[in-house]
Amino acid sequence: MTRRPGSPLIAGIAMLLLLALALAAGPALTGYSGETVDFSRALRPPSAGHWMGTDNLGRDVLTRVLLGGRIDLRIVAICVALPFLLGSAIGAASGYAGGWLDRIVMRVVDVLWAFPFYVLVIAIVGTLGPSMANLYVAFTLVVWISFARIVRGEVLVAKRAEYMVAARLLGFSHARIVLRHLLPNAITPAIVFAFGDAVLTILAVTALSFLGLGVQPPTPEWGVMIADGRNFIFDAWWISTFPGAAIIYAGLALTLLGEGIDDLLRPKG
Amino acid sequence: MALLRYTLSRILQMIPVLLGITLVAFLLLRVLPGDPASLMIGARGSDADVLRLRHQLGLDRPLWVQYAIFLREMASGSFGQSLAYRRPVMTLIAERLAPTLWLVGLATVLAVAITFPLAVVSALRRNRLPDLVIKTVFTAALSMPQFWLGILLILLFSLRLHLFPVAGYGSGPLGHLWHLFLPAFVIALGTSALTIRSLRSSIIAVQTAEYIDTAYAKGLTGRMVMRRHILRNAAVSTISVLGVHTGWVIGGTVVIESVFAIPGLGQLLVASIAARDYAAVQGLTVVFAVMVTAISLATDLGYALVDPRVELE
Amino acid sequence: MLELRNLRTAFEADGRRVVAVDGVSLRVAAGQMFGLVGESGCGKSATCRSILRLFSDARATIEGEIAFGGRDLARLPEADLAAVRGREIAMIFQDPMTALNPTMRVGAQIAEGLRRHRDLRGGAARREAIAMLRSVGVPGAEQRVASYPHEFSGGMRQRVLIAIALACRPKLLIADEPTTALDVTIQDQILKLILRLRQELGMGVLLVTHDLGVVAQTCERVAVMYAGHIVEEAPVAALFRRPRHPYTAALLAALPGRGRNRDLRAIPGGPPDLAAPPQGCRFHPRCPHAIDACRVQRPPLVETGDGGRTACLRWREVT
Repeated sequence: MTRRPGSPLIAGIAMLLLLALALAAGPALTGYSGETVDFSRALRPPSAGHWMGTDNLGRDVLTRVLLGGRIDLRIVAICVALPFLLGSAIGAASGYAGGWLDRIVMRVVDVLWAFPFYVLVIAIVGTLGPSMANLYVAFTLVVWISFARIVRGEVLVAKRAEYMVAARLLGFSHARIVLRHLLPNAITPAIVFAFGDAVLTILAVTALSFLGLGVQPPTPEWGVMIADGRNFIFDAWWISTFPGAAIIYAGLALTLLGEGIDDLLRPKG
Repeated sequence: MALLRYTLSRILQMIPVLLGITLVAFLLLRVLPGDPASLMIGARGSDADVLRLRHQLGLDRPLWVQYAIFLREMASGSFGQSLAYRRPVMTLIAERLAPTLWLVGLATVLAVAITFPLAVVSALRRNRLPDLVIKTVFTAALSMPQFWLGILLILLFSLRLHLFPVAGYGSGPLGHLWHLFLPAFVIALGTSALTIRSLRSSIIAVQTAEYIDTAYAKGLTGRMVMRRHILRNAAVSTISVLGVHTGWVIGGTVVIESVFAIPGLGQLLVASIAARDYAAVQGLTVVFAVMVTAISLATDLGYALVDPRVELE
Repeated sequence: MLELRNLRTAFEADGRRVVAVDGVSLRVAAGQMFGLVGESGCGKSATCRSILRLFSDARATIEGEIAFGGRDLARLPEADLAAVRGREIAMIFQDPMTALNPTMRVGAQIAEGLRRHRDLRGGAARREAIAMLRSVGVPGAEQRVASYPHEFSGGMRQRVLIAIALACRPKLLIADEPTTALDVTIQDQILKLILRLRQELGMGVLLVTHDLGVVAQTCERVAVMYAGHIVEEAPVAALFRRPRHPYTAALLAALPGRGRNRDLRAIPGGPPDLAAPPQGCRFHPRCPHAIDACRVQRPPLVETGDGGRTACLRWREVT
């Protein structure tokens, strides 16, 4: 069995496209609003009418999974993009400038690195109060260090490369050197890392919402749905099970895409 | 002797990081927007109540004075007074430490027990059915929400099959093991997803090393070569993966302890945040960070013990 | 003692089937020092590894006969062959820097073989390991037995590897380029050590090298390999006096201080691709004496009358 290099990329894109289409269609696909409470339809097991059953309030679980997916994917995109931008900028500046700036940045990174990710995020969200916006703040404050480390390391390597020496001899400005020559090379590993980070972010965002520290009910969100369904798990396993399966699906799609992009951007051997 | 000197110097090097940890934990609650006093009192309290509490907490004093007080409380070992429990934070933490350590310890043991046989099978039968199954299962495990898996395992093994308790920590070592098996297994599954991958590729890399030829040329059987030569060398790099991952595992206990109602540090953290018990949150944040730092030190020492080439300086 | 008959070894490389050893026959007598010479990639290492079936690639196939001590090693089940390895036939490898387990004390690495084949353990194995280290000339053997490989120099590591190989007094030592990775002065010491131990233990040695100079210094018989074939096989003195194959002649001419051609590249072209070797005599594209017949027919090894054999159709005319 030999794996063709493009296959994870194609599989990942296909899985994400399918998910995006389903999320975009949402209630239009299922014919339910996902929000209307109807006790006469409560706790129905999966059937032809309700593929994933209904919850304790009689809402269609599939519809809510799709609505939740819209929210979760948006949060994940922002919770990866903000630290990516902040961390890459700090890492590039720190690595390029060196000196005291670099020393301070690395000290801060070392200290933040010592905290378990969940503990720091929970402490920040807990201090600020649980909300979606505060999730963005917490993730940005905690995750930037990973991107800063990666980009700084790459910049340090690229700085020594010949074309860099040439660029400096030609008298290019610092901004031009960083933006045109350093970053394009240094950013690749950060992009690859971002996909792995997106998988962890889905898990963390849904976990925080599950604990009541993220998205608040009644907003349909995968973690919130799992927490809600937990009270009915003995009689209605489907309420918690399907949102979890959706998380795995999204995570797998991002993992495959990340692997594919890694193969694409950093061909090995 | 060299190992002892190395350990001491590493502990000395940790001091600035530890100071930084206390500073971050301190600033977390002072610099971020949101006034602890008004959050604690909530909408019901009057402005006068808020002012009184601010004074009581020392929040009206200069920032550096507050930090000095924070450090003094930590140095005295009390970590301040918990407002929710009306007891020193350190006492609370000491009571809750054992379940978390048991959980992390058992999860690590299980992770190792899962990793070694599966990584060996994966490497020996690479790109064939067993390898592909293991790879698929553990790639899925990597994107599996642990709290979700925990709930499903409780449903299956506790509620339906009555094999394990639904919640709690139990009493006595055997009781702990019995109560903590499912939560530890959930954590171990996530860890194994990373360590199996790492150990598999190390085994494959080590298999082609020339000293493996030397081992076979001595007349050792495949099993002996695997155990004494391949695994020992392949494990070296996996130890560091395990170490890096421990921060994630310890953080993950916060979520898992909530699912399985284990009275550990993680559950205390979530409860303290819900109760707006800031002294407890601060103390716990520091303790968690110190645990991660200590484990990374232990990992480096373990690394040095397994690989004699590591320079102890 | 060891006789290869029509050995043919193939494995996968870059997704292509490569026949690295193609019909090799040779005979190493008991106690003999036998040289196997050729450029890198000619199949001499693969020949050695075939004898003990030491391939990490499970798809490697070995055909032909490997007669040793009344058995055919090529047909021996893996478990029985493992009992031969280290006990009757031992092997040392090219690069002493990578051939020792970096996480294991050298004493333990020697003791492993002692335990496996001579059932020595604990103090007895340790004493024997120290004795082995001493006999291969590692100074301070009592202390060094507890050292790790990275605490030794390259030459000392090769001595340790020889100690590992000879710990069970094998009848045959296969030495695959044992000195290639070492400094010239150390090379000489290691060769002398192998010669001395061969005398002491009365064992045969199959010495693989790309260096004819080493062969001249140490061996009694020599076989020259080219592209998976043996092209000439003869007593060392005879071969150096009068090579019976154009390829051997070219190799000799490339030796420092002999002839005009200072190096092999003076022969036009390079060694052939073993996944698609040339028809007929594999040396014909580079041979100055090639005729049409050389392009068609694989020349058989024929007796030359001075104790050797050659695989050249025109050996009488051109050598």
